[in-house]
Amino acid sequence: MQQDSTNKSTTDAITEVSQLTKRFNSLTALDSLSFKVCRGDILGLLGPNGAGKTTAIHCMLGLVTPTSGSIRIMGLDIARHRRKILARVNFSSAYTALPSNLTVRENLNVFARLYGLKSARVRIDSLLELFEIEATNDSLTGSLSSGQLTRLNLCKAFLNDPEILFLDEPTASLDPDIAAKVRDRLQELQRQRGLTMIYTSHNMQEVEQMCDRVIFLAKGRIVMQGSPAEIIKQSRSRSLEDLFISIARNGHLYQTVDNQEGEPCGSG
Amino acid sequence: MWLRISAIVMRFFFLHRRSVARVMEIFFWPVMNLIVWGFVTAYLKELALPKTVLFLLGAVILWDVLYRSQQGITLAITEEFWVKNIINIFISPISIGEFLAAICIVGLIKSVVTTIVLGFLAFFFYRFNLLSAGPGLVLFLGNLLLFGWAVGLFTMALIFRYGRAAEALIWGVPFLIQPFSAVFYPVSVLPFWLQKVAYLLPSTYVFEGMRQVLATGVVDLSMLGISFGLNLVYLLLGSLYFSWMLRKVREMGYLSRFHLE
Repeated sequence: MQQDSTNKSTTDAITEVSQLTKRFNSLTALDSLSFKVCRGDILGLLGPNGAGKTTAIHCMLGLVTPTSGSIRIMGLDIARHRRKILARVNFSSAYTALPSNLTVRENLNVFARLYGLKSARVRIDSLLELFEIEATNDSLTGSLSSGQLTRLNLCKAFLNDPEILFLDEPTASLDPDIAAKVRDRLQELQRQRGLTMIYTSHNMQEVEQMCDRVIFLAKGRIVMQGSPAEIIKQSRSRSLEDLFISIARNGHLYQTVDNQEGEPCGSG
Repeated sequence: MWLRISAIVMRFFFLHRRSVARVMEIFFWPVMNLIVWGFVTAYLKELALPKTVLFLLGAVILWDVLYRSQQGITLAITEEFWVKNIINIFISPISIGEFLAAICIVGLIKSVVTTIVLGFLAFFFYRFNLLSAGPGLVLFLGNLLLFGWAVGLFTMALIFRYGRAAEALIWGVPFLIQPFSAVFYPVSVLPFWLQKVAYLLPSTYVFEGMRQVLATGVVDLSMLGISFGLNLVYLLLGSLYFSWMLRKVREMGYLSRFHLE
């Protein structure tokens, strides 16, 4: 696998979201969201259904145009440099799929070409092996189990050796054993390559295990942020799960975190 | 650029390679259509109307070029909605222009394959030689292909905007155009005001031109020139409409909701 080719230090902010607002008619999905993600960090975007996690990720991927605010990824404005950014990031979600009538290798070949890889055989072989689905190479994607599909989606997401990986509930449909394996692989890859991950999950134990920092959203506002340990302490909750439930039930009682600048990278 | 375009073409090649349903969709309806019109032709031949007979079979084959071309690109995009792959495509670095180029190539391949098969069957079963239209045939086919792409762009824009609710348009829109394109009859049989509408469509000039070639052997290049000019206008308008709609869809967040439909 190729190492991070940029010369920036690991303390750079690789993503800067500033005053991001998204309104769908009368619904405010994101309300003046501002945060930074440091290079090499795993950031958890948490919150109940409808909090704005997926909308925030889709704005960062250029799928949704914000009503106002700005998003800079690797120093580039997503509104103006979407394709340049997309060539260097990737995304995996429990809610998207790859064409079921194509085999595993055919799908990966198609996406390898989309990401500009002319000869992807070695890369595909190594990713299939890494995620332990090399035996499915010639199987139709539609015949895979949900665990294999999740790992195939992750293989697709690592094809272009991304600098930032957006993961939308990547372990949502997995049994605990496969979910643990997937988490281990992701952490291993993150350590090896200094990968930055922006992660949504409803599994709070997973978030505690994976994330360096979390942001809790409620009705499109940031209501809490920090390391998992910090915010458990700060909120006087017993666990992230308790805090999640409290925010889901009483999100309106939580004040918006006013943090336009965000913490400087490397301060932790 | 070509690598990304080839990725999408390859994706549809893989899909059709093992999907009987998709291959049937390319061949089944056109062949059924040809058989029906072939028997109508046989009947008309008994009435000693040979020229009319040629018009009908020629019209069936040429109409299918427009239809397959439009279908090729609209079904390609709808396929991505059906399999929930649209987000994966749109978060890759492919540009909209590259994506459209790729699905136009898919439409072109489908049209060419269907035309060859229909041309062969028409000759084999009904002794109708499509090549009797001469070199002008390429211009007829080219204009219909371009108009199919233009219609496909408008249809695709509506599918992006209205999602699965608009899927019926894939099959419906070409038949909205057919009565005004004078496919099976000359423009002169239309009411006067509909003739004005007919002459706004590039396809009308192709079908009128085809009848003229089969009747006299002469290709009216001015008609084909008008058809080409109109096609350029429709392609430009279709591209602008599609781009505008895609921008609206990103603003309204529909692109990120398609996988939930």
